[in-house]
Amino acid sequence: MTERAGSLSSRPKTLIDKIWDAHVIVDREDGQSLLWVDRHLLHEGSFHAFDQLAKRQARLHRPDLTFGIADHYVPTRNRNAMQPEIKRMVDQLTDNCARHDVTLFGLDDPRQGIVHVTIPAQGLTLPGNIMVCGDSHTSTHGAFGAYAFGIGASEVAHVMMTQTIWQKRPKAMRVTVEGALPEGTGAKDIALHLIASIGADGAQGHAIEYAGSTIRALSMEGRLTLCNLSIEAGARLGLIAPDDTTFACLRGKPFAPKGDAFEAAVQAWHSLRSDPQAEFDREVTIDASALAPTLTWGTTPEQALPISASTPDPATIQDAARARTISDALDYMGLKPNQRLDSIAIDRVFIGSCTNSRIEDLRSAAAVLEGKRATVPGLVSPGSAAVKQQAEAEGLDRIFTAAGLEWVEAGCSMCVGMNGDLVPAGERCASTTNRNFKGRQGPGSRTHLMSPAMVAAAALTGHLTDVRTLAKVSHR
Amino acid sequence: MTPLIVLDAKACPLPLDNVDTDQLIPARFMKRPRGDGYGQFLLHDLRQDAASPARLLDQDAFKGCEILIAGRNFGCGSSREAAVYALADFGFRCVIASGFGDIFASNAVKNGVLPALVSAEQAEALLADDSIRQGAPIRIDLPGQHIRIGNHSIDFAIDPVWKTQLLNGWDDIDMTVSYAGAIARFNQSDALARPWAQPDRSPAQ
Ligand code: SF4
Repeated sequence: MTERAGSLSSRPKTLIDKIWDAHVIVDREDGQSLLWVDRHLLHEGSFHAFDQLAKRQARLHRPDLTFGIADHYVPTRNRNAMQPEIKRMVDQLTDNCARHDVTLFGLDDPRQGIVHVTIPAQGLTLPGNIMVCGDSHTSTHGAFGAYAFGIGASEVAHVMMTQTIWQKRPKAMRVTVEGALPEGTGAKDIALHLIASIGADGAQGHAIEYAGSTIRALSMEGRLTLCNLSIEAGARLGLIAPDDTTFACLRGKPFAPKGDAFEAAVQAWHSLRSDPQAEFDREVTIDASALAPTLTWGTTPEQALPISASTPDPATIQDAARARTISDALDYMGLKPNQRLDSIAIDRVFIGSCTNSRIEDLRSAAAVLEGKRATVPGLVSPGSAAVKQQAEAEGLDRIFTAAGLEWVEAGCSMCVGMNGDLVPAGERCASTTNRNFKGRQGPGSRTHLMSPAMVAAAALTGHLTDVRTLAKVSHR
Repeated sequence: MTPLIVLDAKACPLPLDNVDTDQLIPARFMKRPRGDGYGQFLLHDLRQDAASPARLLDQDAFKGCEILIAGRNFGCGSSREAAVYALADFGFRCVIASGFGDIFASNAVKNGVLPALVSAEQAEALLADDSIRQGAPIRIDLPGQHIRIGNHSIDFAIDPVWKTQLLNGWDDIDMTVSYAGAIARFNQSDALARPWAQPDRSPAQ
């Protein structure tokens, strides 16, 4: 074992290397490193880890760096009449956080929301931080230049007891996106296009750094959406070097450094970028100007195509395993080969989840829906109580309800259906979420992933729709 | 954690790619304490589907099987360790696949389940193997990293660290606690190097 006293090497480093090196406590000969964890986030599902802690009669080591939040199981309506099983999940988190002096953003807290929406908005996600959470979409926080990744319950227990984690240095992949995004496209389309091109396991064993002019031009909301979906390409995490957009977003946030300390922090954060000569294990480039609104047709996020395309035909696929996978997905989704995507009728829509429930997402859906009626039912769940409040101040809630959609409280909701918000079996949902897995939104549910604007367009017409054609119609 | 060295057991084929952790255990079953046992929920919804290969798990030929064989990207998706609890509680000690979700593989090792990595061609061959399909046992030799089927064998890959952990049945926490001094020294120098890294709890100005 070697204890680290700062790296002496002058080899050009990636951003990933720089954050890693600043957190190494011990390098073991077998290639594992013990890393310091700056933030540990807990939710209702963390009860397994609290149980492991109780079994060892151990204390939580650094409550000041640990934050709890109720999101996965919280009801989005009638919070006073919770099902006993769900109430038990929420109460369990409350009790465990109280017992271990952990700050909790609980059900009645004005800061309550989805962990990956609330925590960054509170200024708890800082550039250069290492953050972990027992949730795979922890990669979201990479938008701020944080090294953030999801872990399992045993690792959660380990972080609780030691505030450290053993990791093997991941390989580095750079995804460079250049060019202007065409009308009707955004971060969601970049992500779905990337996953479709490299595969749902394309970035396995890698950390992704997103770079290029398109990324620099993205808002923080867009960056959060993009980093969020890194895990759907199989990556450990995705991150973006912090810049003025990042710093402006952090200034004045409740838990961020304040005053002179903030200015000093910005100075330090400026060095958090890959050195010009730094080498990556893999480079991928995307031409943003060639993107179209993209959505999934199947049961894995890699089964994504532009809206102008048709479903694939397994009969034309040489590789037997791939053909089998495609026909299985078509069967489950109730689709036929060579079916035009924009001809597929939907039963309902969902706007929400840690991928697309921030104010900008709600604005873009509302812009499409304004003054119109949806032809299918749907649910809109803002990412946090704060986003909900802001949306209401802007009148977005009235646009959604006037369109016939339901406007509810913040939580994971229909992304995973743990709180009872489910897509009924056999129904097809246009959804802003991140996983179209079989049964993800409820047993037998069929999910098509797309951007908030595309979901809004589908709500209006009742079938999958190119949002750009709607805009043209309404301009005429 | 029980050490795993050599395993002789039946292997159930699951000829599917991208078996995500939502399939391994649907979210609605995750409210229960571990002590209740998660085995009955393994691949719950797929096993309800008459056309799914997951039905093999319920056939007599595969009763007592401890090895699962699948295609690429097994265990992708959610970080839920409950997916491994379901596999382990069902009786599985090893999954052979041509790719694993990173978080899943790490969770598996922490619960004494071996994620044995083979090539796509090898996975296809194992999935199509007649003797395996009839329930003949195969041998997993972790020290040698071989899978022995009848009288031929193939090699599998496993991260060396994970291999040691599985062979010894080690638990990370005990090992980490032995580094308490190094952690304390790190904290001292880190507080100087990154004073901004702490959450600031003072009221906003
Ligand atoms: S919104 Fe969905 S993906 Fe995000 S944390 Fe909640 S359950 Fe996970």
